Amino acid sequence: MSTVQCIGVSKVFRQGEQVVPGLDNVTLAIEQGEFICLVAPSGGGKTTLLNAIGGLDRPDAGEVWVDGQRIDTLSKAALADMRLKHIGFVFQAYNLIPVLTARENIEFVMQIQGVSAAERELRAAAMLAEVGLEGLEDRRPAKMSGGQQQRVAVARAIVSRPAMVLADEPTANLDSHSAEQLMELFVALNRKHSTTFIIATHDPRVMSYAGRIVRLLDGRIVEDIGQAAA
Amino acid sequence: MPITAVIVRLAWRNLWRNYRRTLIMIAAVAVGVSAMLFMTALLRGMVNEMIRGSVKTLPGHIQIHHPDYRDDPNVVNAIAQPQGALRETLQSDAVISWASRVRVPAVISSERESRSLTLLGVDPVREGSVSFVTDGMVAGRFLDRPDDAGIVIGRKLAETLETDVGKRIVLMSQDPANEIVDRGFRIVGLFEAKLQSIEEGFVFIGIDTAQTFLRLGDRVHEISVLGADYRALEPLYQAVVAAAAPQLSVLPWYRLDSYLGALLDLMDGFVLVWIIVIFLALAFGLVNTLVMAVFERIHEIGLLLALGMRPFLILAQFVVESSVLLLLGLVIGNLLAWAAVAGFQQGIDVSVVAEGMEMFGASAMLYPELLPGDLLMANAVVFLLGIVASFSPAWRASRYQPIEALSRV
Repeated sequence: MSTVQCIGVSKVFRQGEQVVPGLDNVTLAIEQGEFICLVAPSGGGKTTLLNAIGGLDRPDAGEVWVDGQRIDTLSKAALADMRLKHIGFVFQAYNLIPVLTARENIEFVMQIQGVSAAERELRAAAMLAEVGLEGLEDRRPAKMSGGQQQRVAVARAIVSRPAMVLADEPTANLDSHSAEQLMELFVALNRKHSTTFIIATHDPRVMSYAGRIVRLLDGRIVEDIGQAAA
Repeated sequence: MPITAVIVRLAWRNLWRNYRRTLIMIAAVAVGVSAMLFMTALLRGMVNEMIRGSVKTLPGHIQIHHPDYRDDPNVVNAIAQPQGALRETLQSDAVISWASRVRVPAVISSERESRSLTLLGVDPVREGSVSFVTDGMVAGRFLDRPDDAGIVIGRKLAETLETDVGKRIVLMSQDPANEIVDRGFRIVGLFEAKLQSIEEGFVFIGIDTAQTFLRLGDRVHEISVLGADYRALEPLYQAVVAAAAPQLSVLPWYRLDSYLGALLDLMDGFVLVWIIVIFLALAFGLVNTLVMAVFERIHEIGLLLALGMRPFLILAQFVVESSVLLLLGLVIGNLLAWAAVAGFQQGIDVSVVAEGMEMFGASAMLYPELLPGDLLMANAVVFLLGIVASFSPAWRASRYQPIEALSRV
């Protein structure tokens, strides 16, 4: 069974009396270890699809399955547990917890998971080294550059070894050098840990790293290039 | 407990993100709690003065009578002097002092006026340790022996009778055989009391003299007992009841003077209401602080939810923030209240309103008294109701949809 399965997923947004289609009958299967880009112009549905896969938003119709579990019908608490165990998130705006240091941000998810202090420390130190942030572990987000913050966000997303990482425009706020470094880090992690990466983007540089590109327009899949054999 | 640790860490650090607001709220809790405790201590001090003053005026903490005496204070409703188990109990460490009294209605006459009143035959030494009279002498002396032949009357009564120390008056009463007895006494002293009715309504002669005068033999009408603390009287009261003969009436002060007993109950209720009123004022500030904290951090709440934090833990984080804030305020408030009470241990002079105070039986000096029970109640009410008040904003924070919260900047 695929890591992610979306079956006939639809979602509309209401702005006053106006109805805006978010997703329109999207069906998609993603296998473990894929490196996939969801590509769409602004308002095309890529973030909405990412949110539905991540259990951050519920579709109006259709089914979303993650690791064999249907998630669109789960309770809030069960969805939180699912995200905690299976998914790492990287957001466009980094979204680090401002009152925690880099190390504490990286350890945060593990702490909620109940990982022991010794294990957390070990994994966080290794992850800091892997993303090239040694020496910055005690800095708070406000004292770090955008690129550094995004690395911390990536480290936080993958340190608990989730089955998949969902990234929404991860390079949008980065200069080209930082963006390139981040994508190389994603690819390395994808290869090393076989982590599934699903990246919503309209950045051609990001697309060049993808093994599969799914194009959406007005909430519908219009192209799926490089799909793994079922 | 990694989850608890991360919740406490987040709560603590978030509390100090807007340190001015946090400090203002802590100061508000501290000032509110200290004012609450200090005012409670003042009220307690005032009531203590009233009760101690009233108890000291004559009743003591416990009284023993003939079962019919309180309804009919006739000379015949007398009892024997304490003996055996009762005497042992009265001489135990739990009893500060006790005194037997002859107490009957009588009529006093000077050359010009007559008045009906209560005649008290007392042992001067014992009486001095139970009631106020030896401290309240304004002219002459108090009785010095049980068989003292003199009489001590109130200042107001002396004015009414147009008499004074050194002059003679005549007392008239009834003996157990219903025969009228009368005798002349020379006034040896005048006393004053907080209440005019006491000065007008009571006269003192020696107990032996009274027993001889009334042909009572060794019998008395009242045994008054003073314990260590009027609030913690129950063990002593039960001991006296157990030791006294079953036909005797044994009553504690709050049943002897139901007004005072009701006043004490009323004060307990008033203190609780006072604490809750102050708390309500604090609660608005507390809830406002938390509501602001929630509004400012909606995006972060969405992030925490997205990362897999359960809604319950979001709620817990805000409740912990509120708890820390309350605890800090309570600690400082308690210290301030303690310092204020300690600073006024010599008493607060309220002589400006002395007449009003004395009307209620309290003195012109207030001695604030911080009772452990009041301290515990104030802290518990503020803390527990504070937590309850913080639930609303905390609950709201935990109800956000992650994507909706993340979209807020």
